[in-house]
Amino acid sequence: MSAFYTIWLRDLTRFLRNRSRIFTSLAQPLLYLAIFGSGLSSLLSGTTALGGVSFTAFVYPGVIGLTIMFTALFTAISVVYDREFGFLKEVLVSPAPRLAVALGKVVGGSTIALLQGVLTLPLAWLLGLPLTFGQVAQLIGIMAVLAAVCTALGLLISTRLRGIEGYNVIINFLMMPLFLLSGALFPLAGLPGWMNVLVSVNPMAYATDALRQVALAGSVQPGFLAASRLHPAGVDVLVLLGFFVLFLVPAVRAFSKQE
Amino acid sequence: MTIAIEANGLSRSYADLRAVDGLSLTVNAGELFALLGPNGGGKTTTLGMLTTMLRPSAGTAHVAGHDVSTQPHEVRSRIGVVFQGPSLDEQLTARENLDFHARIYNMPRALFQQRADELLALVELAERQHEAVRTFSGGMRRRLELARALLHQPQVLFLDEPTVGLDPQTRRAIWDYLHTLRQQSGVTIFLTTHYLEEAEGCDRVAILDGGTLAALDTPAALKATLGGDVLYIRTADVQAAEHLLQAEGLAVRRGSEGLAVEANDGPRRIPELVAILEGQGQRVEAVNLRRPSLEDVFIKLTGRAIRAEAPEASAAPARRGRMGRKQQ
Repeated sequence: MSAFYTIWLRDLTRFLRNRSRIFTSLAQPLLYLAIFGSGLSSLLSGTTALGGVSFTAFVYPGVIGLTIMFTALFTAISVVYDREFGFLKEVLVSPAPRLAVALGKVVGGSTIALLQGVLTLPLAWLLGLPLTFGQVAQLIGIMAVLAAVCTALGLLISTRLRGIEGYNVIINFLMMPLFLLSGALFPLAGLPGWMNVLVSVNPMAYATDALRQVALAGSVQPGFLAASRLHPAGVDVLVLLGFFVLFLVPAVRAFSKQE
Repeated sequence: MTIAIEANGLSRSYADLRAVDGLSLTVNAGELFALLGPNGGGKTTTLGMLTTMLRPSAGTAHVAGHDVSTQPHEVRSRIGVVFQGPSLDEQLTARENLDFHARIYNMPRALFQQRADELLALVELAERQHEAVRTFSGGMRRRLELARALLHQPQVLFLDEPTVGLDPQTRRAIWDYLHTLRQQSGVTIFLTTHYLEEAEGCDRVAILDGGTLAALDTPAALKATLGGDVLYIRTADVQAAEHLLQAEGLAVRRGSEGLAVEANDGPRRIPELVAILEGQGQRVEAVNLRRPSLEDVFIKLTGRAIRAEAPEASAAPARRGRMGRKQQ
């Protein structure tokens, strides 16, 4: 327990000490919202396909997801850094159980990603989406699950890699398709079959689906969400938890292996 | 006497390369023990296995009374390790690095505060303890790593090339700390080095070459295998001096530096021999003592000087593990 807390505490200390990183990862979603909002909104003005909300508001839940994925994947890189700069040796030679170390890493990264995600919540009011306390609580719950999924994925990738460059290449290669096929920018109904396959294995699609159902409830025309969603939000969260286990188990196993 | 480290037929292979091959040795509690060898000789791989970071391919090892393969957790809580490469969190302060260590070793907080104060004072970092490690010099980092490895009061302290890349002053400081520590705590110290002068100061030295144990003894005993000391004596009348010394029953031959006299315990014999010669009216111009060094021992055992890379190391394809870059 002590080891788990210590690993978590260190990651959080490092995060809070690095203010510029907090702002950088906040700037990105704002940029996406500004570009898509002003660029595509005019094209789509007058359309009823978005259930009566602005395109920017429609994109917003996906941008929350993007922020969390971005932060989580780049937080998990700390495992690669720790190996590269030797700190991992200090941890691995200690009596701390490997399971506690790996879980500390996952929960530490998830906490940071979740904090970053929470910082995007005030944007809802700016976009004309007045959230109730219940909605905020539900959003935070979904965000926490997504943060855990992405951190576990990042940890899994980092345990398979040696160099920092390799990690960056893979992460950048992964992030774009995960985001574009998440349904953040366009509804996923009526896609060609091969794309549906990709969507069905994309954790971001389930996260965006759940976040949108919660964030837009009460702001869109009744029936819009039920017609455009992939699954009920509860199902989305269950699938995300499945992804979490799927990524976590091999990541922890790789972490615990003695060379 | 209690045994701190015991290895039996310890081996580790990387694909086609046997980095360590059937190593057996015993280190007593409280001993200062050096594993000496060229880069690529298997030192870091041995250390990796003894510290539970590498799984032995064959053989067993017990450290602080526990099996490194079957009870790694028990071993880890009883050892302190200073790695060859850096292993500090540069973004944290010196004190925070110690704090992290104390927490993952489950130390009581009060004990941590007391130990941290003591050790930061010992390695002369007390004044900089609240500064981020990234502002530290290489020597300061190494001193902090030493303090950290000792924080949880390990029974056995492992150091992998602890003074490599440090300036002479810091090297001396590190050794001063180690000697102070031994006197104060009686900790067993197991270190790898390719500095012969550092191995000289250890209780016993194991010479590892090509993954196998070439010799293991005290530095004095290792040097004694090469025979005794040689005294080179220069006098005005070489022939007369030769006769006088031969009359004492000494093995004398003429060399380029005057008379070469083989003598055990050379330094103590100098005044005696000078007294004999001067007593007979032979004026001694110069006496030179040459003692066999560990370097001589090393060359005799391995057929080459220690600075040279082992042939295995250069022939093997580059491979990198988590530990021991130099081995593969």
